[in-house]
Amino acid sequence: MNKKLYLDNAATTKVKKEVIEEMKEYFDVMYGNPSSQLYELGRKSKEAIEKARKEVADFINADEKEIYFTAGGSESDNWAIKGVAFANKNKGNHIITTKIEHHAVLHTCEYLEKFGFETTYLNVDQYGMINLEELKQSIRPETILISVMFANNEIGTIQPIEQIGEIAKEHGIIFHTDAVQALGGVRIDVKKQHIDLLSVSAHKVGGPKGIGAMYIKKGVKIDNFIHGGGQERGKRAGTEGVQNIAGFGKAVELAAKNFDEHNDYLIKLRTKLIEGIKANIPDVVLNGHPTNRLPNNVNFSYKYVEGEAILLLLDMEGIAASSGSACTSGSLDPSHVLLATGLDHGTAHGSIRFTLSDEITEEDIDFVVETMRAIISRLREISPLNK
Amino acid sequence: MYTETVMDHFRNPRNVGHMENADGVGQVGNVKCGDIMKIYLKINDEIIEDVKFETFGCGSAIASSSMATELIKGKSIDEAVELSNKAVIEALGGLPPVKVHCSVLAEQAIKSALYDYAQKTNKTIKGLENFNPEDEEEFGCH
Ligand SMILES: Cc1ncc(COP(=O)(O)O)c(C=O)c1O
Repeated sequence: MNKKLYLDNAATTKVKKEVIEEMKEYFDVMYGNPSSQLYELGRKSKEAIEKARKEVADFINADEKEIYFTAGGSESDNWAIKGVAFANKNKGNHIITTKIEHHAVLHTCEYLEKFGFETTYLNVDQYGMINLEELKQSIRPETILISVMFANNEIGTIQPIEQIGEIAKEHGIIFHTDAVQALGGVRIDVKKQHIDLLSVSAHKVGGPKGIGAMYIKKGVKIDNFIHGGGQERGKRAGTEGVQNIAGFGKAVELAAKNFDEHNDYLIKLRTKLIEGIKANIPDVVLNGHPTNRLPNNVNFSYKYVEGEAILLLLDMEGIAASSGSACTSGSLDPSHVLLATGLDHGTAHGSIRFTLSDEITEEDIDFVVETMRAIISRLREISPLNK
Repeated sequence: MYTETVMDHFRNPRNVGHMENADGVGQVGNVKCGDIMKIYLKINDEIIEDVKFETFGCGSAIASSSMATELIKGKSIDEAVELSNKAVIEALGGLPPVKVHCSVLAEQAIKSALYDYAQKTNKTIKGLENFNPEDEEEFGCH
């Protein structure tokens, strides 16, 4: 039996040992309700939350008071977009986003269209980059929000966030960025990058699932999201998932501490995998930007074959990855991100994303390349295309 | 997600490949939808002596093609025309609902190859009177 290789770290990550250790205490030792401030158990829970809040704030150069815990990236995206739309509808009804956002953003914008909001979906080039001129030209007097993801989950492309932030600022438009994939892989500085709202999620950085955060710059006009008690300064009610928040804080602390070392290593692996695939497998297309991409992301299309078949064969070799093929999504079309980069349907169906972690070694990369070479040549023998 | 039989036919597909001088060739599906099946038939005395397939598509598309070719190999033309997608699904021990179209493609690919054979040999095959290989193009993705 081969070693298991988990190469789907953009989907989720293994929870780090230190994170699990950190969380344990809050189940049966420090189990008090953080709102119960009159006894120690409650105060300890509250302290844990505030410690984590500081970790998250420091990591993105925000103030602690600007960090609100949520149930994850999807909730943060929903809150940012609906919250700004409803709080600013007296100013306008126009939102600008991109064609390659996560569905948590796209479907939220579609939902708002029922309430009279209008959305412009910016195009991307073949590498998945938006065009700043198109962004500027899309701005109208009624534009109240620009939401552009920091880095894409499928192809890893990193957007020119600082320039987008500047444009938004010049026009007095609120700028939200979905940084769920960027956290831990790209330097985030909400001040320097002029970010007003930012979504992050713990489970992409070695933290637990079901917990995330939103950065809301002081002064930004946004509706409260969950109505109830006074938790999260009254903006997001509900007894806090203390253990999850503590775990998130620990995961961020580790990500901050090992940032350069971690990412340098991932970039080394990424380069080796990209070069290995290009050198050993003909008729492949690298999806995403050649260099301006997340350190852990490798996404290729393999012509004349289909992604689900590749994934099944990879699984037999103990390798977990993902695909933008329609077959794997249960929908009729391949990934909206790949189509937005101009890929034809056939090539999009043959895409495979590997997302690396620091548990992967250089030998593992050699194994992945060799396994892919064999799988692709086998499926191409079965395929009627290109003969 | 897939039955053992599906996985077996996906991993070790029977009758894969191209056939020189086939008596009937049929191709259905399109790249846009993510699956294409091509079937080659060698026919002698109204019996399908040999059959080969080439498929672009997901695991269940490859397994359905493989199973369909097994089910018609050595059979008469009349029997092959009768092959339904249900029979393919049954032989595979079931397919997830979203993959049922793979078995439909397999049925259509075989009919299309038989149709081609009938055209080339100027025969009429009972059960194919209303078959039009162009129809498959109209279907759109399933
Ligand atoms: C870019 C992006 N945004 C949002 C999300 C949703 O995050 P969560 O799973 O925490 O709701 C994800 C994760 O799938 C993502 O990759």
